[in-house]
Amino acid sequence: MPGQARDLRSFLTVAGARLAAAHRPWPRFTVDLAGWRRLAEALAGTETWALLDLWGEPEQVHAALLDEAANAVAVVSLACPDRHFPALSGARPAAVRLERAMRDLFALEADGAADKRAWLDHGKWPVGGEHAKAPYEYLPVEGEGLHVIPVGPVHAGIIEPGYFRFAASGETVVRLEERLGYVHKGIEGLMAGRPIAEAAKLAARVSGDSAVAHSLAFARAVEAALGTEAPARAHYLRALMAELERVANHLGDFGAICNDVSFPLIHAHCGAWRERVLRAADAAFGHRLMMDRVVPGGVARDIDPAAAPGIRALVLDLRHEVPRLASVYEEKASIQDRTVATGVVSPALVRRFAAGGFVGRGAGRAFDARRNAPYPPYDKLAFDVPVLAEGDVDARAWIRLREIEQSLGLIGQVLDALPEGPIALSLPAAAGEGAALVEGFRGEVFAWVRLDAEGRVARARPRDPSWLQWPLLEAAVRDNIVADFPVCNKSFNCSYSGHDL
Amino acid sequence: MLRLLSRALLKGPLTEAAPAADPEGLAELARKLQGAAAARLGRSLAIREVDAGSCNGCELEIHALNNPIYDVERFGIRFVASPRHADVLLVTGPVTHNMAVALERTWRATPGPKWVVATGDCALDGGCFAGSYAVVGGVDKVVPVDLRIKGCPPRPRDILAGLLALLETAEGKR
Repeated sequence: MPGQARDLRSFLTVAGARLAAAHRPWPRFTVDLAGWRRLAEALAGTETWALLDLWGEPEQVHAALLDEAANAVAVVSLACPDRHFPALSGARPAAVRLERAMRDLFALEADGAADKRAWLDHGKWPVGGEHAKAPYEYLPVEGEGLHVIPVGPVHAGIIEPGYFRFAASGETVVRLEERLGYVHKGIEGLMAGRPIAEAAKLAARVSGDSAVAHSLAFARAVEAALGTEAPARAHYLRALMAELERVANHLGDFGAICNDVSFPLIHAHCGAWRERVLRAADAAFGHRLMMDRVVPGGVARDIDPAAAPGIRALVLDLRHEVPRLASVYEEKASIQDRTVATGVVSPALVRRFAAGGFVGRGAGRAFDARRNAPYPPYDKLAFDVPVLAEGDVDARAWIRLREIEQSLGLIGQVLDALPEGPIALSLPAAAGEGAALVEGFRGEVFAWVRLDAEGRVARARPRDPSWLQWPLLEAAVRDNIVADFPVCNKSFNCSYSGHDL
Repeated sequence: MLRLLSRALLKGPLTEAAPAADPEGLAELARKLQGAAAARLGRSLAIREVDAGSCNGCELEIHALNNPIYDVERFGIRFVASPRHADVLLVTGPVTHNMAVALERTWRATPGPKWVVATGDCALDGGCFAGSYAVVGGVDKVVPVDLRIKGCPPRPRDILAGLLALLETAEGKR
């Protein structure tokens, strides 16, 4: 490794990186072309630096990196007025789709990239690039007796659109190739130039199931950019909403995993419990998915005091119910036969992609933003981060059950410790840059924002955890039977909208 | 598992009473269906859901219709896997440019008489995504819309009320 510097920030200093002004809470460095090349080399030589995100804006590229040994985050930027930059995808395969998306959105060319196909641009936008107009070339699959099963973009269930191309040998999947981008709405473009409050509404709708997580990440990035913190009561209310969101989604997905292995009983029970959680959220905050409740500066409305006992009762009931559901899941051979050793993703691959959430924690990667990059009030709350090593559908299902239990504990602690005081502060209009990492139900949401002096969003970048998980689904499905794809997919439950932006 | 089953039996069904059919929806449909071919739906409505660009919020609430509390199948309403089996396309999202062709093809693949229900604020006019280079706009920019259900996302009860309005109107027209 060049410079022999093992920790990220001292490496950057050695590589000639210069500190960019006013970027909080983590530093942003600018490097020149040589510095960026050294970074690419260094990334190839170490596994402890996770690539959190790689994104562009006109004539500039940014990489967010996490030094997992030191739990330190840094953003590294390269100015590229000629719209060329050395690719990072050779060192980090998770960068492949990120680089393809940068080319689609900003005409930024990743030199040395292995895959130059368009990704989000399907050749349909009025402002699209020429490179996307040609018919899409899928990866070649060669071999005797292989057949191709195309699925999508409109799927059979009530789910988001995407295209899956299976090459199968008999029942066995030889290769799955995903093609995404169908629900690209141009969210980054829509956020640019908007007042903070309007951009926050868009952040809440990056991925509907993570409305709280994305709103919270955006809000924390804005607050960081302005050098402010939300009031203490807002921190606790935010955590309450985030944990309710986590419980609701884990319940829904755990039920759906069981449904996909033909065990609808658990699905029916989970569906009813999920409904109770959403109703409790509605009673407390006036919206079932709690959209637009977490806002920059704090929260948009206080908890309805009449709703708190209902949440406590629900927590108590779920504490009894979750072990019951778990024991049914565990004792049914027909379920175990389909989930154990199905859809395996190896710990090594999870590390290479820095995949978070139950995908990472189900395969030995213990990262949880609430623990590794702590933000209030989690630094004052007690909780465990469940980790399993197997990396199969079963491990991901168990992580969800264990996390529900942890979240129930957190909800109780938040209600007990909820401080009095204001729920929001008014934000000053000032320029600045900020970033945030927030643990959503699916994994860590990264958000970055640059504000202009009038208090508008100059540029914003919401990065859903799905970016780092979608590619692993392709790996997980390999050598499984086609009929097990739905349960593998459900065990990941990646966001299409959050990825497509 | 026996405990789970016996408790469920003893406690009785979780399913709640249905909401009334959406009066606004009834009025909109009455206007739309004037002179239309008599529907032969009976009390059965097969729905193909199409996400044409949504954030997934609407899908979550449509999903909820299938849980035991709303139990939409008791009304003869069911979600089907193919547009060829569908009477209704329940469409969500601002229609993105990347989904416009897929939506139009799904609509063409649906046999008549058919209805399109635009679900959620984005499906009505593009919602907060209107004006983007990547978004065509509301569902009616791509396929004709018969019924609109507001909300971001609409609550399951609102979606159910809209679908019941469709069922009642269609029944009256036979």
